[in-house]
Amino acid sequence: MLGFKFDSFMSPGKLKALGVLGMNRRNIEFVTRHNPRHLYPLVDDKLNTKRAAQAAGVAVPQLLGVIETQRQLSHLPELVGPLQKFVIKPTRGSGGKGILVIGDRDFNFYLKSNGSKLGLLDLHRHINNVLSGLYSLGGKPDSAMLEAVIEYDDVFSDYTYEGVPDIRIIVFKGFPVMAMLRCATHSSDGRANLHQGAIGVGIDIRNGASLYAVQYSRPIEVHPDTGKSFSQLQIPFWQQILQLAASCYEMTGLGYIGCDIVLDKRVGPVILELNARPGLAIQLASGKGLLKHLKQIDQLDEQTMALSAADRVDYLLQHLC
Amino acid sequence: MSSRAQVYLLGCVLIILGIGLVTYKSTLLGMPIIPGEYQTVWTIEAKVEFQASNDPLKVSLALPKNQANMQVLNEVFSSSGYGFTTEKIEGNERAVWSKRRANGKQSLYYKLDVYRLVGEVAHLPINFSTQIKKPEWSGSRNASLREAAASLIAQSWLASADTRTYVVQLLKSFNNPNNKDSRLIRSALEGRSQVQMTLELLAMADVPAHLLRGIFLEDDRSRIAAEELLEVYTGERWLVVNPRTAEVGLPENFLIWQRGDKSLLDVEGGTASRVRFSVLANDVPARSVALTQMGDETAALVDYSIYSLPIEQQSIFKSILLMPVGALLVILLRVVVGIRTAGTFMPVLLALAFIETKLFNGVLIFLLILVVGLWARSYLSRLDLLLTARIAAVVVLVVIIMSFLSIVSYRFGFEQALTVTFFPMIIIAWTIEHMSILWEDDGPVEVLIQTAGSLLVAICCFVVMTNYFVEHWMFNFPELLLVLLGIIIVLGSYTGYRVSELLRFRHMPA
Repeated sequence: MLGFKFDSFMSPGKLKALGVLGMNRRNIEFVTRHNPRHLYPLVDDKLNTKRAAQAAGVAVPQLLGVIETQRQLSHLPELVGPLQKFVIKPTRGSGGKGILVIGDRDFNFYLKSNGSKLGLLDLHRHINNVLSGLYSLGGKPDSAMLEAVIEYDDVFSDYTYEGVPDIRIIVFKGFPVMAMLRCATHSSDGRANLHQGAIGVGIDIRNGASLYAVQYSRPIEVHPDTGKSFSQLQIPFWQQILQLAASCYEMTGLGYIGCDIVLDKRVGPVILELNARPGLAIQLASGKGLLKHLKQIDQLDEQTMALSAADRVDYLLQHLC
Repeated sequence: MSSRAQVYLLGCVLIILGIGLVTYKSTLLGMPIIPGEYQTVWTIEAKVEFQASNDPLKVSLALPKNQANMQVLNEVFSSSGYGFTTEKIEGNERAVWSKRRANGKQSLYYKLDVYRLVGEVAHLPINFSTQIKKPEWSGSRNASLREAAASLIAQSWLASADTRTYVVQLLKSFNNPNNKDSRLIRSALEGRSQVQMTLELLAMADVPAHLLRGIFLEDDRSRIAAEELLEVYTGERWLVVNPRTAEVGLPENFLIWQRGDKSLLDVEGGTASRVRFSVLANDVPARSVALTQMGDETAALVDYSIYSLPIEQQSIFKSILLMPVGALLVILLRVVVGIRTAGTFMPVLLALAFIETKLFNGVLIFLLILVVGLWARSYLSRLDLLLTARIAAVVVLVVIIMSFLSIVSYRFGFEQALTVTFFPMIIIAWTIEHMSILWEDDGPVEVLIQTAGSLLVAICCFVVMTNYFVEHWMFNFPELLLVLLGIIIVLGSYTGYRVSELLRFRHMPA
């Protein structure tokens, strides 16, 4: 830390001019003000999110089973027996913790995406950890859910290393504001978390084309593992993706959320999870600040606010961009 | 009113209220704002010496009480091998040492700290016996003594207007070496002390009087005997009179040890007993003085304050009152600077532990426990334990590490590490758990960042919380808590950037 020069800091005035949203302002003016506390369980518990999404007709990955107690854990063999591939997730995990992806089977072994073999006992232990709250916030007891594996669209195959790339969209009062694609790298160990070394690719909210890419907060041109340039990236089904994100507002009632969407080869875009306290890294990936867009939406009249999700996306593309 | 305006209003009201109370206390009640103001406190040591000869021993020493001009701050009895108790006999407090048998020269100590009250008019309590006990001057042998005394008394009576002038006249004539009557009385009462003779004379003159023992407080006096003065009753109150100079009034630097004619020291089972006093002046912060003075006045701010608690509880409060300072610092460092720590207020508890262990040792011990704990925890994670059991296991581990540290450091002669027990064990166990999950999820770099962050914040808290001025202010002006509360509330609505964000977004394209 001693080597820092003064000019390695951005001046607060410049940051403000760029419209960058800081953590304190995010917490006070957006998260606290627009996300009522009692709605949190809906997004903090992935099982709740899934049920709400299904009720609202929002696309989500297929639920294969739920294990809530040690007793149910003894039925694990019957549950996973017929499955070729599946994902085990803690329902209240955060930051991708405790997610186990089984991509294939080899007799009695379950194969992880990196090729390592797990026995039934390993699955048992993993779920046991999930139940005891190892991956949940505050170590509270948790439950585990089994989900269908996402087979991501071929357009992403050159932009990711092992993990599933997901699209993070910030939705403010039902309007998608900013989007980025998160690509796993070798150094992020197949995970899509930016602070672990995943790449954030800013996406043009109008058309789904890439704008800019960063790794470890620094601009980057090509994927370090595949060598593919990000400038050629164009996300398909963009309008559909925006509508899916916009519909999360009605579904949850939360005013300021981060929607994580993946593009499945067979079923199209699905909501993977929602976040009531979305991070700020999206501004780095997009190369621009959030504040200007958020303020723009804050000033919309009631009539515009009453529009349906699909109409909001149309309005956004016509008037706000 | 918007919530934001409310926040600022409430914050300002609290800050102004707090500062106002501090100002009131310092200007009107005299509590010093700068801790460096001193006042002289006298330490008096009474040493009781006697020869013991294998008999059961009982030593009783009168204790200073009912001080009119002095305030007792502290007293200490040393009684090695003796049974010790204090008892009250007819309103007089006495220290009693006892022992079944002892041999040879014995010494017992009693020490007390006093300081002089400023501007206090010395009125001694009047509820004292005014009975007059006539001396045994009967018989023909004492006829000339009676006559001389009567003559002296009659002359003084005529030359006086009230009891006060009467006594002064009597003492003056008695002390006059040229006075015939005085010389006669002195030769007749040969062998008695000046004070004793004066007392007998006063009894003959029908003036209630008794002995007043005490010590003149002068710095660096050692092995002095108790000074004897007289108290005479004027009909309204007791007046202190010096029998040798006939000066009236309590001398400023006189510590009253005992009022009345009872003995100062009684020794049963010993011989050649005596009590000697040593006096020493210390300069002590004026705070203690302000405190006791406030205790006398009925200032509600003081009556319902922590000073009304026993000393032991006060010292606990001393560290409790420092916690909000640490909390404020944590908020500053997290919200304004943006340092990442493991657990929100864990650094404050860590800083409290550092206060007990000294900083360098504390940091060393913390790191050692963390490293060993993380290593052990990595093994525990392979055992498939439930979370609660795992944390409990880590708690036990932490206790084992601490005991081991204490024993080893004691063997090697470092006693400071023994205070390691002040470490908040549960917090450390959770920190280990937190760090180990962090290690698995986000890698060792994040663990290093958070450990360094926590330590940095803890050290900052330590530096501030051990600051001489901060300690003085928080303990003597707990009203500052309102100011802290106000600042915390205002900081709670800070929406500006964190210093860490200026760094994080430095590559933003303009």
